Amino acid sequence: MSQGGRLEDAMNEEVKVVTKQRVAGRPKLLVPQIAGFIYCPGCHEPLAARAIAEVLEKLGMGDRAIGVFDIGCNSFLLGMLDIDAVLTPHGRPPDMATGVKRVYPDNIVFTVQGDGGLLSIGADPLLGALTRAEKITIIMLNNAVYGTTGGQMAPTSLEGQVTTTTPNGRDLARTGFPTHAAEMIATFRGVAYSARGAFNTPKNYMRTRKYITSAFQKQMDNVGLSFVEIICACPENWRLSPIDSLKWIEEKMIPEFPLGEFKNVDRIE
Amino acid sequence: MGERMFIEGNIAVGWGAASAGCQAFFGYPITPQNEITEWFAREFPKMGRIFAQSQSELGSINLVYGAAAAGVRAMTSTSGPGWSLMQETMSDMANAELPCVVVDVQRGGPGGGPIRHAQQDYFQCTRGGGHGDYRNIVLAPASSQESCDLVQLAFYLADKYRNPVVVMTDAIIGRLRETVEVEKIEFGPLPDKDWAVKGKARHKDGKRRIVDHSGDLLRRYPSYRALLQSLEQKMKQMQESELRYEGYKMEDASLILVAYGYTARVAKEAVNMARADGIKAGLIRLITAWPFPYQVIREKACQGGKFLVVEDSLGQVIEDVRFAVEGRAEVHLVSILDRHIPTDGGMILPDKVFDKIKEIQ
Repeated sequence: MSQGGRLEDAMNEEVKVVTKQRVAGRPKLLVPQIAGFIYCPGCHEPLAARAIAEVLEKLGMGDRAIGVFDIGCNSFLLGMLDIDAVLTPHGRPPDMATGVKRVYPDNIVFTVQGDGGLLSIGADPLLGALTRAEKITIIMLNNAVYGTTGGQMAPTSLEGQVTTTTPNGRDLARTGFPTHAAEMIATFRGVAYSARGAFNTPKNYMRTRKYITSAFQKQMDNVGLSFVEIICACPENWRLSPIDSLKWIEEKMIPEFPLGEFKNVDRIE
Repeated sequence: MGERMFIEGNIAVGWGAASAGCQAFFGYPITPQNEITEWFAREFPKMGRIFAQSQSELGSINLVYGAAAAGVRAMTSTSGPGWSLMQETMSDMANAELPCVVVDVQRGGPGGGPIRHAQQDYFQCTRGGGHGDYRNIVLAPASSQESCDLVQLAFYLADKYRNPVVVMTDAIIGRLRETVEVEKIEFGPLPDKDWAVKGKARHKDGKRRIVDHSGDLLRRYPSYRALLQSLEQKMKQMQESELRYEGYKMEDASLILVAYGYTARVAKEAVNMARADGIKAGLIRLITAWPFPYQVIREKACQGGKFLVVEDSLGQVIEDVRFAVEGRAEVHLVSILDRHIPTDGGMILPDKVFDKIKEIQ
């Protein structure tokens, strides 16, 4: 059995526990030999690869999609998705996606980035793409920490959250406040779609998949920039078990970062 | 026969890029290169090509990275501070083996510096500029005509080596208006960019393509050493094949001036003044600032020549000349401190260089 098979079994196991039914097989666009061993146990980021793969297959756009991936845990998604891909220096995907999209306006061009990569070091490329109303899709995985580097404070870290750079808990008076990307991005005139989802329950997974579908559809319809933020568990850096991480998302993350659509327009006036 | 135009060096950059089939230009305002970005904003949409004003020089080079990854000829232009901002991605492009052309219209530094001419970016241009082991070919035009022609060569070399190529001019060459014959130059065939990301549907084999600046994540090379060996091989090949310089009155010269860009034209004038005075002066004008003509200079040093470097900085080219002569010859300098007036409008003038020639001959 491939290592990828283990991931699918694990996912199906979780789904069985919760819903007692199989919701999906392996999407063809998921590369089997890499999925399953790169991510830490309980991490939600591989679910983003699965969701993106399912959406691209449903839209029939797998061979016309180009993914632009950031440095960080999310960069492993590049290995999981069987599509053309660009890896960029940290924080720069909206810029590179712009360059690609300007050359191939008929392709779906999307970025996958973490919260630090998009909102902190990547603020300049993000603001650039928003200002120019680039017709790209930005997918931000929000796990409230810098994951790859060992769990430092991110712009999305919660009040009181213990990280390696806030060992006594995040003090808002000293460090500022959590950034709400989906709400902020929705305020830009050139944005067609902005939503926030999560992967903590099968229902939320399916809702988030719908958000990704809408975001890609806006791009295919040439409306404007589209954005999906996805709350992802990072048990390793949260120092929580995978199950407790789900509780933390429900009780801490979602009250701070409410789920839903913040902008959804078919035409930008 | 090409079209004749009376244009600035900065504008000649645009016509050179258009002749070379550049498809995408991304730029950000900074003096003294604004004429370049404005030319592309004006002319490229008319040609059905891509122009976007970026949010910063970080943005410019990143957009170039994206367009280059998509397989088209792409470029940007900037000056001093913006050039510094681009260095991280330049290093990434060297690793990812992405071709592009970047024009640095040099201005004064360090820091914000004056916005007028200077030649202080030589080290940063010729040593790679960003982090890690890599070099870029650096072309140094000394006229509007050369600005047009060397930009075309830059695109060819970038594609040939799959590496960024730098065109290093300065505010004087950029703003000097001269007659230019704009003509497409043929350099020979290049392989298809089969490595570019275009969406799988556009690939004949239907397989995915990945542009990766780490060299590690997807094992583009079997090991880190293999990646470095490949980069080293590329740098050696550039040094062996791409050295370009102009020798002026060099046959019997015993006093050899070394310069590039605007100061090369000043130096040429000083050589003419020296020759009229019976002094056997000559000039090595750098056309490639990297690769550098170490061997040519070393041979002249072995024959007993003296050297005079003329550069509008505190002395950067002179280090390469000293390295080349290995202590065998005297090496003198006319520098930014020898400008005719002390303000940022000061220039190195031929009289000053001629005085130095008479002093050291």
